[in-house]
Amino acid sequence: MNTVIIQYNAGNIQSVLYALERIGMTAVVTDDPTLIQSADKVIFPGVGEASTAMQYLKERNLDVLIPQLKQPVLGICLGMQLMCSHSEENDTPCLGIFNEQVRKFTTTAPALKIPQMGWNTICDFKTDLFTSVPENSFAYFVHGYYAAIGVNTIAKTDYILTYSAALQKDNFYGVQFHPEKSALVGEQIIKNFIAL
Amino acid sequence: MLTKRIIPCLDIKDGRTVKGVNFAELRDAGDPIELAALYALQGADELVFLDITATVEKRKTLSELVNKIAHKINIPFTVGGGIKTEEDVSILLQNGADKISINTAAYMDPTIIKSFAKNFGSQCVVLAIDTKCEADGHWYVYLNGGRQKTDTLTTEWAKKAVDLGAGEILLTSMNHDGTKQGFALDITATLSSTLPVPIIASGGGGESAHFYDVFTTGKADAALAASIFHYKELAIPDLKQYLNNKGIPIRL
Repeated sequence: MNTVIIQYNAGNIQSVLYALERIGMTAVVTDDPTLIQSADKVIFPGVGEASTAMQYLKERNLDVLIPQLKQPVLGICLGMQLMCSHSEENDTPCLGIFNEQVRKFTTTAPALKIPQMGWNTICDFKTDLFTSVPENSFAYFVHGYYAAIGVNTIAKTDYILTYSAALQKDNFYGVQFHPEKSALVGEQIIKNFIAL
Repeated sequence: MLTKRIIPCLDIKDGRTVKGVNFAELRDAGDPIELAALYALQGADELVFLDITATVEKRKTLSELVNKIAHKINIPFTVGGGIKTEEDVSILLQNGADKISINTAAYMDPTIIKSFAKNFGSQCVVLAIDTKCEADGHWYVYLNGGRQKTDTLTTEWAKKAVDLGAGEILLTSMNHDGTKQGFALDITATLSSTLPVPIIASGGGGESAHFYDVFTTGKADAALAASIFHYKELAIPDLKQYLNNKGIPIRL
């Protein structure tokens, strides 16, 4: 199994690599288009800000490459949001793989902090990404923007409103939470992705 | 539903856990990685590692330890202790830390909060505040591990830090720390209800009811404790079951 983690200015690349190693896998961290294209699985991580990340991808033509990939691709957190059509974070046009919109959380309830930070339940699973994951399992989230519910939603969660915890279209998968930090549930989801 | 977080804190010196731990099931009670792994297995929601090493070799020792922790632990963790520069932060994050915590250095030079937030994201910048309620009834900021008083009100410093980009506040009440008589509910509630970021309450947790109080009356988003977990006075699964039974949203 040849897994590639796309190297760009994202904060959680090492964490994703270590998570793979914990389940006995390994991965190559690279922004080399040839290596990315020839991988069996591609992980597109992400912690950071949307417009800066898109700028970085464009400078390396990764904005053209990623949507053309044919093997299973997993976007994590900002990675998933960048696979959507547009983000309200600095009004950023994204990769357009998923047609869901990325919006900013807004609330007037002081008890609901933004960003959401911590463990929340995920439910209404579709697809094999969630094989052996019980409904209402807990996953670790850190985000101030969310992807709305749409045709590509394959898992949901609730914070201020119901939104997409995960998206899927063809070979492209995205999760808003951090499987690399979500204990055994996260490890199962990573295993499921590798097994796709 | 987003759950309240239970966070064990490990004090580290020269790569080892200090403050004493007492776990029969651990081969080496001083090994922070083994202790952290046990807490993660028991259901800790996050971990905090506070490095109190005072030697020049510290940075290298700490980054190596963080790297080992990151390989082993499958939940988020924060690292604090002596972080001053962007390079300090960068090394720790590259070695797998999810967040860093800053205290005195941020007070002495608040611009580092802004630069850390800009370069690494607010979500990884935890501002730790040691605070004490004085005879005048106000809560003041203390520095250098509680040894140095300032004239700054905790509410003012916390607001300024959040405006600069701090993503979370770790609030330790010196009046309560070590007493096991409960958390500082009033100042925790004040910060939590006036600031848009999560508040981690620390200091005073001695029994399950104290955690219930800090999540309800204290409006805390997370609660941190050290010795009660290390000495097995309170087991994390029992604490979380208690809170769940009392209707607090908790990850079981």
